[in-house]
Amino acid sequence: MSQVRIIPVLLLKNGGLYKTVRFKNARYVGDPINTVKIFNEKEADELVLLDFNASQEKRGPDFKKISEIAGEAFMPMGYGGGIRTLDDAKRVFDGGFEKVVLNSILFEDLSIIEQIGNIYGAQAVVASVDVKKSLFGKQKVYGQSGTRGSGLDPVEWVRQLEGAGAGEIFLNSIDRDGTWEGYDIDLVREVSKAVSLPVIACGGAGNIQDLKQAIHEGGASAVAAGSMFVYQKKGMGVLISFPAEKLKI
Amino acid sequence: MLAIINYGLGNLTSIQNMCRRIGVEAMITDDPVLIGKAERLILPGVGHFRKGMENLHASGLKPFLDKLVLEEKRPILGICLGAQLMTKHSEEGDVEGLGWVDANTIRFREEGLKGLKVPHMGWREIILQGSNPLWENLPAEPRFYFVHSYHFDFQRADEVAATAVYGAEFVCAFRKGNVYGTQFHPEKSHKFGMKVLENFSRIKAEP
Repeated sequence: MSQVRIIPVLLLKNGGLYKTVRFKNARYVGDPINTVKIFNEKEADELVLLDFNASQEKRGPDFKKISEIAGEAFMPMGYGGGIRTLDDAKRVFDGGFEKVVLNSILFEDLSIIEQIGNIYGAQAVVASVDVKKSLFGKQKVYGQSGTRGSGLDPVEWVRQLEGAGAGEIFLNSIDRDGTWEGYDIDLVREVSKAVSLPVIACGGAGNIQDLKQAIHEGGASAVAAGSMFVYQKKGMGVLISFPAEKLKI
Repeated sequence: MLAIINYGLGNLTSIQNMCRRIGVEAMITDDPVLIGKAERLILPGVGHFRKGMENLHASGLKPFLDKLVLEEKRPILGICLGAQLMTKHSEEGDVEGLGWVDANTIRFREEGLKGLKVPHMGWREIILQGSNPLWENLPAEPRFYFVHSYHFDFQRADEVAATAVYGAEFVCAFRKGNVYGTQFHPEKSHKFGMKVLENFSRIKAEP
C-alpha cells in the first residue's frame, strides 16, 4: 500500500491568493502566508504555488515573495509561473522549493527540463500540461495560462515531455477548473497510460470521492485541487481545509 | 549554534525556518570559520551526486569537513543528497563520495520495484531500527517525505538507523558515531521532522 499525495494548488497574483473558474474570473481568497500556515497545521502532503499569469504577462517569478511563502511551508512545495531559464529555476530552488513547475517555456525549449534535471534531479522538474477541448471537440494542449492553443495532442505531448526528462506530469483540465464537477477521468486515464511518470490530476475536484476516482479509475499517482481546499462549498465563502482521510493505492 | 552548510545545492531556507520554528538557532553558511565554530552541522542537498561532490571539492570544504567530522567528531546530519554524499560511492555519475560511512549509493533496482515508479516521491512510514537519539519521542512508524531515485546500500546492519519499503525494503537513515543521515526530508515532514531536528539539536559532541 502506498499513500497517495493530495496537493492543494495555490494561485498567486499580485502577492495575494486567488481562485479561478476555467482559468478565468480570478477571485481573491486570502493571504498566501496565512494560508500556508493553515496547511502546515492540517499537515497537507504537498503544496503547489502557481503565479498563473506570469508567462502571459511576460514576467518572471517574484522571487522575494515566493521565497517568503516557501519559508513558511513545512511540507514539500513546487512553484510554477514565468520560469524560463536554468537560472530562474536555481533561484526558485534556493528560495526553498523542492520542485519547479514548467509550462509555457516548454513550447519553445524542451531542453530546459534536462538542464534543470541534470543539476537538481528529474524528480524536481514538473511539466505542467493545461488541456481543454478545442472548437472542434478534440482535447488540445494550451500555453500561457490557457490563452494560447498549441495544437498539440495531450498524449503525444506528455510522451515528448517524458522523453525530454520530466520527473512528473501536472495535468490540468481547463474545462473543469473551479467547476466542482469532478476530474476529466478519460483525460487522466489516457495520459496516465501514456507515460510511466507520476501523473498529478488537477481540475474539477469537489469532494473526496472525486479524488479517489482520479486514482482508481484514472490511474493518477497524485491528486491536486484548488476550490475544494479553499472554499467551504461551491458558491460559498473561503474556508481553508484539507481531508483528514489518507488515500492509498 | 547549528550550521547549515551551503555548498550551492538545495533547500537550505526551509531547514533554517524549521529550526527557527522549534527555537534552534541555525545559520546558512559556506564560511569555514563559522562552520568550525558551530556545535552541530547539517549537510543538506537536493540534486545530482556528481555536482554535489564537485561543489564540495571546488569550495575547498571537503578536507575541512573531513577533519571536523572524522577527527573532531562534530555531530553532523546529512539530509537526502547530503546524506548520500557521506557514502563511499554513488551510481549517480559514478563518483566517489566522502566515505564517512561504510555504504554506497545505488539506484533503485527494477526487480525490487515491482513496477513502482522512480523517483520515489511522497510520504512514507519508516521502520525505526535500534536505538538512536534522533528517534527520541517519535511514535512507531512515523511518516516522512521522500524525493529520490538513489538510496543507501549498507553491508553492515549496525549502522542502519531506519528502513522503508518501496517495492523492496531499503535503508532510509543511518548513524555511525557522530555521523547521521536521512534519505527523507525532516524539514518538509511536519511534526515528525521537527522532532528529528529538535533531537539532533540536543546531540552532544562525543568526547
